[in-house]
Amino acid sequence: MTASVQTPSFTSSARPVLSADAAMPAAAMQVRGLSFFYGKFQGLNDVSLDIARNCVTAFIGPSGCGKSTLLRTFNRMFDLYPGQRAEGEILFNGRNILDPAQDVNLLRARIGMVFQKPTPFPMTIYENIAFGVRLYERLSKAEMDERVEWSLRKAALWEEVKNKLDQSGLSLSGGQQQRLCIARMVAVKPEVLLLDEPTSALDPISTAKIEELVNELKSDYTIAIVTHNMQQAARISDYTAYMYLGELIEFGQTDQIFVKPRKKATEDYITGRFG
Amino acid sequence: MSGAIYTRRRLTNGAGLGFAYASMAIGLLGLAWILWTLFYNGLSAFSYDFFFNSTPAPGSADGGMANAIVGSLMMVGFATLVSTPIGILAGIYLAEFGATSKFAAVTRFVTDVMLSAPSIVIGLFVYAIAVATVRHFSGWAGSLALSLIAIPVVVRTTENMLKLVPGSLREAAFALGAPRWKVSLAVTLRAVRGGIVTGVLLAVARIAGETAPLLFTALSNQFFSTDMSQPLANLPVVIYNFAMSPYEDWQHLAWGAAALIALIVLGINLSARILFRNKVQA
Repeated sequence: MTASVQTPSFTSSARPVLSADAAMPAAAMQVRGLSFFYGKFQGLNDVSLDIARNCVTAFIGPSGCGKSTLLRTFNRMFDLYPGQRAEGEILFNGRNILDPAQDVNLLRARIGMVFQKPTPFPMTIYENIAFGVRLYERLSKAEMDERVEWSLRKAALWEEVKNKLDQSGLSLSGGQQQRLCIARMVAVKPEVLLLDEPTSALDPISTAKIEELVNELKSDYTIAIVTHNMQQAARISDYTAYMYLGELIEFGQTDQIFVKPRKKATEDYITGRFG
Repeated sequence: MSGAIYTRRRLTNGAGLGFAYASMAIGLLGLAWILWTLFYNGLSAFSYDFFFNSTPAPGSADGGMANAIVGSLMMVGFATLVSTPIGILAGIYLAEFGATSKFAAVTRFVTDVMLSAPSIVIGLFVYAIAVATVRHFSGWAGSLALSLIAIPVVVRTTENMLKLVPGSLREAAFALGAPRWKVSLAVTLRAVRGGIVTGVLLAVARIAGETAPLLFTALSNQFFSTDMSQPLANLPVVIYNFAMSPYEDWQHLAWGAAALIALIVLGINLSARILFRNKVQA
């Protein structure tokens, strides 16, 4: 199985776009020539890849390689911090989301994110979920109840909290809080889910539950996940990108990357010889 | 392992702890002495008359502090009503834009200056703009002076509380597509509402006992009055007048009023700390 390499005509550099396979499903997001700067320090250097629709794409690599940085460009999280800027293009639904004219809040409603540290809002469980929904939709009480139940079911949390929806979100355990954050993200019905090391702070059982969740969610959503845990990437992702020092070293179908990586650097990382 | 080094470390540790405990004892001793003196001299003045009769003429027996208590309540209440929203909004502004805006840096500097400004200076300033211009003292001027003292306290505590909120909570709210004002008010502010109420209560405790600003603004009033546009009796100034007087019953009433203020301030501080233990919910 060889990967097809295309040289696109619209980028100025001759760097090829690494797309995994001729049979890859349509791309939900396309990254073209993305470079990122923290002030003077360059965090990403000319990254290009496609995020396949309704698949799980995992980003792996040693600490500081730029995987979280890359994920955070997808929903323009870096806008919150002056001094951080991105160059290049990220195409989502045909439009470049790095364009200053892009409505950032609307973008973030279409592209959801869950972080490493579970962050329930200081409100009831019901309100946690309703908060995001109310930002862009006007629902009646009955419809909101339904949406809350639907998203809690999607996050496999409904059975555990259905009798205590009016308790504070902070009263849940770590794993439950993270699932609450996932329910909150799913409730606004985004197209893409970004998961930034969602299970790093959790115990193995919660981790397993969330991995199961990701597997179920991918039929309805496009998922990009950053993980430190290679075994996790091998378990749950369809495509994997290996990054190192801000550059995309290799990108391909997970099976291929883990069984027969094309670059030696990738092989060294995966076999644990390095990183 | 060298026995000598270990022993010397233990001795140093003991000496350090000893100094710390001694300093704490000295500080607590000071507080205890003040409270003891106040309560010893003042609690005996508490009576029905004390709370329900107005300040008496010298020599009369059954006077009280009713007008001063009511006047203080009105002025402190009004000052709190004005300073709380202004202080909280300014604190939010500083916490949100403090890092990026030049104007915010100036605001913070001005707030810090006003926080440590002598209250008599504030009193004279309000005298110049609100008393001399209309040629009479008033409760409104007194309230204004108290507000100017309370606002920096609320701004400072609000800003400090908001800065304690972890960035991850704010990012989570932004990640849902919430606009900035909503993240500020509905999420960040909500996470520290306990701490902010504490800040407001501490500001109230502070202005409840401020005397100097009221000397030139509200003055005082011998009679019972709820008219804020005229001189209004208030506890601190009445204490000042009565304590300096040669009449014993007036002095006794002054002790009582001082004990009352001490009890109120103590009560507010204690309740603020007990009721709002968890300053940050995140």
